[in-house]
Amino acid sequence: MINVPSIVSISLRALRVNKMRSALTMLGIIIGVGAVIAMLAVGTAASKKISEFISSIGSNILMVFPGATTAGGVRMGAGTQSTLTLADAEAVQKECPAVSAVAPVLNGVAQLVYGNQNWSTGVSGTTPSMFTAREWAISMGRVFTDQDVRSASKVCLLGQTVGDNLFGAINPVGEVIRIKNVPFTVVGVLESKGQDPGGHDQDDVVYIPVTTAQKKLFGTSFPGMIRMMYIQAVSLESMNAAERQVTDLLKQRHHIGPMQDNDFSVRNLTQILQASEQSAKMMTILLGAIASVSLLVGGIGIMNIMLVSVTERTREIGIRMAVGAKTWDIRLQFVIEALILSLIGGIIGVIFGVATAEILSVVAGWDTVISPGSVVLAFGFSGVVGIFFGFYPAYKASLLDPIEALRYE
Amino acid sequence: MALIETRNIDKIYSLGDVEVNALKDVSVVIEKGEFIAIMGPSGSGKSTFMNVLGCLDRPTSGSYLLEGIDVAHRDRDELATIRNRKLGFVFQGFNLLSRTSAVENVELPMLYDGIAARERRQRASAALATVGLAGREDHHPNQLSGGQQQRVAIARALVNQAPIILADEPTGNLDTKTSIEIMELLVRLNEESRITVILVTHEKDIAEFSRRRIFFRDGVVVSDETVKQS
Repeated sequence: MINVPSIVSISLRALRVNKMRSALTMLGIIIGVGAVIAMLAVGTAASKKISEFISSIGSNILMVFPGATTAGGVRMGAGTQSTLTLADAEAVQKECPAVSAVAPVLNGVAQLVYGNQNWSTGVSGTTPSMFTAREWAISMGRVFTDQDVRSASKVCLLGQTVGDNLFGAINPVGEVIRIKNVPFTVVGVLESKGQDPGGHDQDDVVYIPVTTAQKKLFGTSFPGMIRMMYIQAVSLESMNAAERQVTDLLKQRHHIGPMQDNDFSVRNLTQILQASEQSAKMMTILLGAIASVSLLVGGIGIMNIMLVSVTERTREIGIRMAVGAKTWDIRLQFVIEALILSLIGGIIGVIFGVATAEILSVVAGWDTVISPGSVVLAFGFSGVVGIFFGFYPAYKASLLDPIEALRYE
Repeated sequence: MALIETRNIDKIYSLGDVEVNALKDVSVVIEKGEFIAIMGPSGSGKSTFMNVLGCLDRPTSGSYLLEGIDVAHRDRDELATIRNRKLGFVFQGFNLLSRTSAVENVELPMLYDGIAARERRQRASAALATVGLAGREDHHPNQLSGGQQQRVAIARALVNQAPIILADEPTGNLDTKTSIEIMELLVRLNEESRITVILVTHEKDIAEFSRRRIFFRDGVVVSDETVKQS
């Protein structure tokens, strides 16, 4: 039996003889592997972005919004009615066993001033549960406390973007800023969470105690009113139970009969996002599958060329058989030749695919993520294609009759 | 024990409806060290007989004992191994691999016998020296004359120490002077190394180099004469 290094050198020599042909054959594989890698890079980036956002809103989160107002038959959209109150939030916290944390939110837009800097942003009144529910850590200082909420202290917690814009290089902790001309002491700065899928900057925000927001900034004629609440369920499995419990409790508290519409809505954001993450993953698979069709076409190109090569080299095969090449010696020679074509094509294809992904992200501004898995997958697939499409020509070669082959002109 | 013994070999080809009886009841015994010419007009069956002896083809019936072992009905791979170890081929058209150097052409049989690269190179160079081509190792077939190419082919036949060289019209493509040189080389190998040479030819002058001549006609051995050395 012939040894593998000898076969490899025979195959390399044969491929060098027809450089142009070998290069063109490889091109099919290069394009195929490159396309698979580039497409997977685009798709992976999309689903990664979504899953990053899912973890940024926190795990097992429900959001409750007030219902829509109706003015003369015109419904005004969710959140326009002022039906949720701080008392609702407290009740949910106390009475729903599937809920682990509740954070009410009363927000508005306000102008912030520090020294000669000013910045307009969303100001949210909430409770410290907000930061535990959303798993949002502090980069400097501390979170305001339940005591601050009870006493409606004028303290605030800055989002990264706000901190950067108002203070630049200065440490904001302990400084006093003015929000709608009311002085607030900065107690901490939150860590960056980045953008949400809509491109909205989650760090462009200021948090203050919800009671302070009601009394000093966004007070309305309806005391205790809040704009929404974040609810964290105790686990992923209990999210449906939590949703049901919250709905039942609020129905009861708001005196809504069985036939009436709810004056609030409960949204399971995690579920919605997980669905879109699923669809992004499906998209990735679809893109990869379409790209692998070109890899398959490349493989057919290899088979085509190998069949031509076997015919052209009939006499060589006859000589090899006459001096003692066995069936598998001949088969291996041609399979390895096809394999070398596809693996070299695969290596160049990986480079080509990575470069394409780079170009897409630089020129077109698309996010791309090259996962090592996709490189291994594409490269491995090219090897499988080489063996699969190389085998038939090799099999044909090995079945030649040595006498006929030696006579072949 | 004879080196080669064929017993009642028949070879029938089916060409569509027509059956061609290429060999009929051929029984020949060849001893080690003989130098034999197989002669006959074209279509006489001499090439078919050569292919059977060379384990390139299998007889339809009958047996072929090579060193006492019946090889007539072995499978492809077993025949390949026998060709590799026992038989060396020299063809009319040289049948060297183009774009492959002389020494690599000679290495070919050892490649399929799993011999390590260093030993292959050594033995191939030695075989080239035996046929008078020392120093031409790296020449490619298209850089060599017809006679030199045929010497490379003979070196390839020798290199695995096969006891038998089968030469099918080895001088068919060569001029008279070169033909004589090649025949003298085969005679020398036969005399010095006791290699059995079996030659197919239709040229009387070439057959003169042999000591035994077997004539074929219509697939049958019509005469088998041993020439007294003068």
